[in-house]
Amino acid sequence: MPNSATDDPEYDLAVIGAGAAGLAGAVTAAELGLSVALLDTSAQPGGQFYRHPAPALGATRPEALHHDWSTFTGLRRRLADSSVTLLAGHHVWTVVRAETGGRWDVHAVTGADGDGERPVRVRARAVLLATGAYERQLPFPGWTLPGVVGAGGAQAMLKSGLVLPGNGVSPAGAKPRAGGRVSSAGATSRAGGRVVVAGSGPLLLAVAASLAKAGARVPAVVEASGYLGYARHPRTLAVNAHKMVEAAMHGTALLRHGVRLRTRSAVTQVHGSDRVEAVTVSRLDRDWRPVRGSGRRIVCDALAVGFGLVPQLELATGLGCTTRRAQDGSHVLDLDAQQETSVPGIWAAGETGGIGGAQLACVEGELAGLAIAARLGGRPAPAGSARARALGRRRDRMRAFASVMAAAHAPGAGWSRWLDDATDVCRCEEVSAGRIREAVTDFGARDARTVKLLTRAGMGWCQGRMCGAAVACLAAEGPGEALPPSPERRPLAVPVRLEVLAALTETAASESGDPEASAAREEGTGG
Amino acid sequence: MARDRSPAELVGAVPDATFEITFDGRPIVALPGQSLAAVLWAAGILAWRTTRVGGRPRGAFCGIGHCFDCLATVNGEPNRRACLVPARPGDAVTTQEGHGHAELGDR
Ligand SMILES: Cc1cc2nc3c(=O)[nH]c(=O)nc-3n(C[C@H](O)[C@H](O)[C@H](O)COP(=O)(O)OP(=O)(O)OC[C@H]3O[C@@H](n4cnc5c(N)ncnc54)[C@H](O)[C@@H]3O)c2cc1C
Ligand code: FES
Repeated sequence: MPNSATDDPEYDLAVIGAGAAGLAGAVTAAELGLSVALLDTSAQPGGQFYRHPAPALGATRPEALHHDWSTFTGLRRRLADSSVTLLAGHHVWTVVRAETGGRWDVHAVTGADGDGERPVRVRARAVLLATGAYERQLPFPGWTLPGVVGAGGAQAMLKSGLVLPGNGVSPAGAKPRAGGRVSSAGATSRAGGRVVVAGSGPLLLAVAASLAKAGARVPAVVEASGYLGYARHPRTLAVNAHKMVEAAMHGTALLRHGVRLRTRSAVTQVHGSDRVEAVTVSRLDRDWRPVRGSGRRIVCDALAVGFGLVPQLELATGLGCTTRRAQDGSHVLDLDAQQETSVPGIWAAGETGGIGGAQLACVEGELAGLAIAARLGGRPAPAGSARARALGRRRDRMRAFASVMAAAHAPGAGWSRWLDDATDVCRCEEVSAGRIREAVTDFGARDARTVKLLTRAGMGWCQGRMCGAAVACLAAEGPGEALPPSPERRPLAVPVRLEVLAALTETAASESGDPEASAAREEGTGG
Repeated sequence: MARDRSPAELVGAVPDATFEITFDGRPIVALPGQSLAAVLWAAGILAWRTTRVGGRPRGAFCGIGHCFDCLATVNGEPNRRACLVPARPGDAVTTQEGHGHAELGDR
């Protein structure tokens, strides 16, 4: 497997994202004879699910933090044996149509955080978007305190860095706990920090199980939905037995570690002055409105929170790919049976087509690899082959389960009742719920975009990834008809320095004629 | 109940030699292959930035490079995402106040 790109080479296929979907797509296509470049921001392949420690950390049992590790080692072996060019540490910021017909230009910046010196362009005949997802967050009083971390974020830090949030020093004045000292001996977390896991969605169980296995004390998993949503679809559950087995395994691990599961509840307040000291957990009604007087305080050092996942689509929407609304209201790519987007030559697999987990991502990646190889080889779509048919059936079955899951954990409209006016909704620009409500009720903002222009909510470094879902809900709460939400558009998928942009004569941003593009470019470099 | 287990024990980690970095001048131990954010968490440090408007403390939130809450000044260079940047021997991480530099617009 070659590891570096020569000057402006041209590939048959550029795969963006080396998670389950991208890996499966890349090796499948390469094994069918295509030249493939596989780009990922990380230093190592794996994506979110198969995230693992760097080799220098010397993990002899990486599988202890994973289900299904052998699927990954299988893919990794095929990658090593293949001709795929792995471009690690490559942050793709835009994909545009090349001036030579039927080609795409993938533009990336390099380095651990995209701070490297070298802008890179990869040209390819087809592109597979396998950029995965990020966590949906909903704000609540105190959610900006240090020690409040994303649930998937806590999982990612544990899987890659072997650390837990909220162990170590106790807050000033609090009684130090055994095992809770500043670690000066070794730089991986010690056991003992208390981490509450909260939000909604199946990821919470996986995160709580990993944290507990790794030595954190998890006093509670707080799930805003009930699990009854699943029970309404017995047939879908029956044909997705692996998902039930997975849930049962997490459940067993949680029982063993004495973790309590509280459903129809949410963390409605975080306490502490400079870091988390406790949380208040309140019961919710079926619309996620907190039940007055039901709050109970739980002492903890950290809170790992997330409300499901949202597909990462900026490269796709920049290319004009069509999206559709999923059961939980999020936008996902609209794909045909062969995993192709509405833009011919641009394909997608995994979470970009809707949240469904790593196994589904593998299946879709392979399907896309087969289909792209057929297309570029001038052969008819592979739907007729036995392999493609079997994969297609597995995909459809898992997609059905994913829909049940999305519906069961869709945020209830009442969540905004747990906000007070002082809560910062936009973490980057520090815009409070009060200011957003003012923009909605006094200035008539009816969608996230108008709120953004009036308040700067969503205009900061993260380009609205953290507050977008919340701002859209708050805008829809105003009087009169709400505007249907549109997929968030971000001209740049990752921040890029002005020099890099200036060096390009043609960019997606200028071609799209988006008036926001020029503003965002400046933000992309300075914040 | 495997209560006193650590993540390193769980995965049977046999890391390469540890090294030191500093946080606001104070030495902390790092393992090769950890991000700066992981090194700070392991030392019990959860905040290494203050916000521009409210001057509030912040640290890692999303853990995967999306939220930009973990921005730190590393060896004098502001606005590095600590959850992505690997720790290297002798790195000096300092609490980043606000933008981390006087002027807006470049880094
Ligand atoms: C923080 C987080 C933690 C998660 N943890 C778990 C878990 O523990 N268990 C579980 O079952 N599921 C977890 N998930 C769900 C996860 O999304 C799926 O299980 C699975 O990883 C999906 O595979 P994928 O290939 O579609 O995407 P991913 O595995 O997310 O892979 C996408 C890859 O694309 C790369 N990428 C994205 N944008 C760019 C770009 N612009 N340029 C270059 N590269 C890019 C990313 O770095 C990533 O490696 C987690 C999700 C998140 C967001
Ligand atoms: S923690 Fe979100 S970008 Fe680093």
